[in-house]
Amino acid sequence: MTDTLHLAAEGVSDHRPLIISLFATFVLVTLGITVWAGKQTKDATDFYAGGRQFSGFQNGLAISGDYMSAASFLGIAGAIALYGYDGFLYSIGFLVAWLVALLLVAEPLRNSGRFTMGDVLAYRMRQRPVRTAAGISTIVVSIFYLLAQMAGAGVLVSLLLGITSEAGKILIVVLVGVVMILYVSIGGMKGTTWVQMVKAVLLIAGTLLITFLVLLKYDFNISTLLGEAADNSGAGSAFLEPGLKYGIDATTKLDFISLGIALVLGTAGLPHILIRFYTVPTSQAARRSVNWAIGIIGGFYLMTIALGFGAAALLKRTDIISSNKAGNTAAPLLAQEIGGGPDSAGGAILLAVISAVAFATILAVVAGLTLASSSSFAHDLYANVIRKGQATQKEEVSAARWATVGIGIAAVALGVFARDLNVAGLVALAFAVAASANLPTILYSLFWKRFTTQGALWSIYGGLFSSVFLVLFSPVVSGKASSMFPDVDFYWFPLENPGLVSIPLGFLLGWVGSLVSKEPVDREKYAELEVRSLTGHGAH
Amino acid sequence: MDPAPPQGPDRKAGRPDYIKVQSSEEFAELRRAHRSFAFPLTIAFVSWYLLYVLLSSYAGDLMGKQVVGNVNVALVFGLLQFLSTFAIAWWYARHANAKLDPRASAIKARLESES
Repeated sequence: MTDTLHLAAEGVSDHRPLIISLFATFVLVTLGITVWAGKQTKDATDFYAGGRQFSGFQNGLAISGDYMSAASFLGIAGAIALYGYDGFLYSIGFLVAWLVALLLVAEPLRNSGRFTMGDVLAYRMRQRPVRTAAGISTIVVSIFYLLAQMAGAGVLVSLLLGITSEAGKILIVVLVGVVMILYVSIGGMKGTTWVQMVKAVLLIAGTLLITFLVLLKYDFNISTLLGEAADNSGAGSAFLEPGLKYGIDATTKLDFISLGIALVLGTAGLPHILIRFYTVPTSQAARRSVNWAIGIIGGFYLMTIALGFGAAALLKRTDIISSNKAGNTAAPLLAQEIGGGPDSAGGAILLAVISAVAFATILAVVAGLTLASSSSFAHDLYANVIRKGQATQKEEVSAARWATVGIGIAAVALGVFARDLNVAGLVALAFAVAASANLPTILYSLFWKRFTTQGALWSIYGGLFSSVFLVLFSPVVSGKASSMFPDVDFYWFPLENPGLVSIPLGFLLGWVGSLVSKEPVDREKYAELEVRSLTGHGAH
Repeated sequence: MDPAPPQGPDRKAGRPDYIKVQSSEEFAELRRAHRSFAFPLTIAFVSWYLLYVLLSSYAGDLMGKQVVGNVNVALVFGLLQFLSTFAIAWWYARHANAKLDPRASAIKARLESES
């Protein structure tokens, strides 16, 4: 066993020059695109919304690039490789979630907002308190998500490059941070969108290639592939059934339901996804973007089945685990194996290509997250709360650029501290916070005429604090070997995902807060929002 | 075209009377066409998804039954979730093109010619 472990590690470090040159090529090409996009970025609409001139297809591609994070690509493939069917459950939640965005959120948001999620949340309400709440919740959700990606980047790139020293890992996180600050502060939404499109194409192409090679090996017989994965996993037919990861006891089953709800309701409340709808000219184009995204993301998740079960069938379980406990390197290891093994040129090239794709994936997602939080800081907090709507476009964009640098530095600092934290927990938390704090207010604002400022504030802050609070006292933070602080034990909330409690609470608080509110509903503002959101009249 | 005189301290010239539009029959039809499609369908696909989540947690025996070769009920169920998602996306696009867009653009065009 130590022999294969040694081989796997050596295989990785031997091909370092190739991997590094592919990483460098991607960074240089995308920085070139960023500089070009930056030259075309003149006003606030260019910076926040890429000039609103992308087509539905382009935006669908960019949405896919924004959404399919390292957690999707490496995490799901790894989870399937280790837990079989239970890993696949993530894909389904991540995909079905898009229907909430399609049917209820994308088009009304596009029609009635300008730059941020806060535009729609605060539309009918008293501006300053709701903008403040929307800005805080945008930044909190994005930072949690960002932290997960940064932590993932450090772990992953270090593994792929065979870097073991702490200083080397810190250097990687800093490098990712610098590139992402450059993308966003120079290229704004236009640059970020192009980076995400390039990444989506690379990711799909790389995944298609590996999927094709895996299926070719099994003569395109899925049943044989599944059978061999089950045999090789050591779990037998249980590997192909639900329960290996979440079916252990009543608590893990409940946790799975909580996770399932957070995944399906979180997507339509993720600020970095929502601001992508502003990059197209009309609500029809927003609809087409979501439909393209559903097609691309769905196709991709279907391929993760081949990737994950392929890794389970072709790799030794001990090799996957020794490379990364959570299975995050299963996809690159599979690429190496399917290309001809650790000592072959084919294996080396495929490993390098898939590693570069994973790196591109992380960079494109962190850029989207940084843009969402700096936009919200500049547009919601600075321009509308601090300057009370009196800031010029130039001042706003320059605030957004500085916010990018600030948030980037904060993300690097936290990312260095967070590099040993549980990545999956952070992503699931971001989804739970988005579903608890953002989604209720978005839906109530658009569809419920009696919703008030007080309802919005109760819902946003209630959803935000309850989800963060519950996670703080969950096994994610303390009490278990896999916790952030395994040595202390102050957990009493049994579930790792707070969604089961905090999402209904967010909806309930919005409802109760509105009913007990003393201020009258602003009928005129609601009429304006409803007419605009459904007809596209006066859309920016 | 003379600009309409301001009707109140807050009303900008040329700003449509949104409450009037909102309470018009034409707009009610648009709202109905959206809500009567999107709301029940949302409840349906969320329930369908939750059914899948619950069966995965509590009906292991059923999910483990083999259908063809090593392909079991769980996998077929999962693939059906993909299929239903694609189908609903396609169906909604068709509905929106036929029933929502013409109504929305008629109201929008009228609002724009009035202002």
